[in-house]
Amino acid sequence: MNINLTLIGQAISFFIFVLFCMKFVWPPIINSLRERQARIADGLAAAEQSSQRREEAEAEIATMLEDAKAQAAEIVAQAQKRSNEIVEASKDTARTEADRIKNSATAEIEQEVVNARESLRKQVGSIAVDGARKILGGEVNAESHAKVIDDLVGQI
Amino acid sequence: MAGEGALTSTGYIQHHLQNLVFGLHPENGLSIAKSSEEAVAMGFWAIHLDSLFWSVTLGAFFLWLFKKAADKATSGVPGKLQNFVESIVEFVDENVNDTMSVKSNFVGPLALTIFVWVFLMNFMDLIPVDFIPYFFEHILGVPYMKVVPSTDVNVTFGISLSVFALMIYFGIKMKGLGGFLGELAFNPFTSDNVIIKWLFVPFNVLLEGVSLLAKPVSLALRLFGNMYAGELIFILIALLPWTVQWALSVPWAIFHILVITLQAFIFMMLTIVYMAMAHEHH
Repeated sequence: MNINLTLIGQAISFFIFVLFCMKFVWPPIINSLRERQARIADGLAAAEQSSQRREEAEAEIATMLEDAKAQAAEIVAQAQKRSNEIVEASKDTARTEADRIKNSATAEIEQEVVNARESLRKQVGSIAVDGARKILGGEVNAESHAKVIDDLVGQI
Repeated sequence: MAGEGALTSTGYIQHHLQNLVFGLHPENGLSIAKSSEEAVAMGFWAIHLDSLFWSVTLGAFFLWLFKKAADKATSGVPGKLQNFVESIVEFVDENVNDTMSVKSNFVGPLALTIFVWVFLMNFMDLIPVDFIPYFFEHILGVPYMKVVPSTDVNVTFGISLSVFALMIYFGIKMKGLGGFLGELAFNPFTSDNVIIKWLFVPFNVLLEGVSLLAKPVSLALRLFGNMYAGELIFILIALLPWTVQWALSVPWAIFHILVITLQAFIFMMLTIVYMAMAHEHH
């Protein structure tokens, strides 16, 4: 445990080490640490900012989506209305067409009935004349008794 | 090495605790001491070659390693070395900033140097006690080799007295000579009455002077005592038969890992506290 010159040598080397450390070691390391801290802080701030921006964008998207939905609903409603109209219109057309066909069919039938009646009447007339001629023996002339026959025919 | 009678055991221990001394011997002139008697005869004007060699080597290693990291330091993704160095620097920087309210460009590097350097010097304690001395004695023919610089009281006092000088320097620089002496003279006893205030001065100077002088002494002796005791126990364990040495040296070494780190940390922390006290008015 002798105290000797080693103490002074140690003190000198200590000061040299400290000065070297202060000049060449400490500043670059501490600077890079501080810089990295700043960069991380910047990065975090940027991340926060962009997440905020994303939220804004999401809100915008939501409103746009709502608009689109409303528009779509409107379009669907219009289409439905239009299709209803078309269906109604075609129903009307069909109904009119059906009525027209029915009417024309009725008219035709009536015409047929009239025709049939007419021919029937004529046949009945001639049959009656024939019958009468056979009974009366040729006294009945179709021409001379035409009026009578027509009356008869009209009564049928 | 082991158990060859009491006399050689004593010789073994003494041999391990003897520094390699170079100095002016009254009879032999400038020479390396061959025995502890010769070393004592050289008095103050001698140096411990081994302590200086190892402490300077370790200090240079510390600065080389940290300089290497500092040269390649980047604020981007750090490499492994930079990571390691940065974690130590940040640890020291945090302690400095937590303790000192005044900004200083000097205290950070000072604390870093003390922490790593003292740690490395203490770390030499974990190298088996005979490895390096045996190599130096039998291969290089060097008679004594004490490899743990912090078990040399000159080394610890060299650092603590440097810290003491810095305390006084910063104390006077920051507070002026009057402020520095005023702190010694008018604390802790003081009074609003001028006469009583001056009557307290001798007591205050005595108290504050003792507490001021106790700082470097306790700083140096705490580190020295811990490391010397630890080294001595390693030497005593080395006296046991080699088959059972591990049973004691391994637990002691593991425990010692804690001690060397703690002692380096305490030395650094107290230095920071003393520097903070020198920088601030209180």
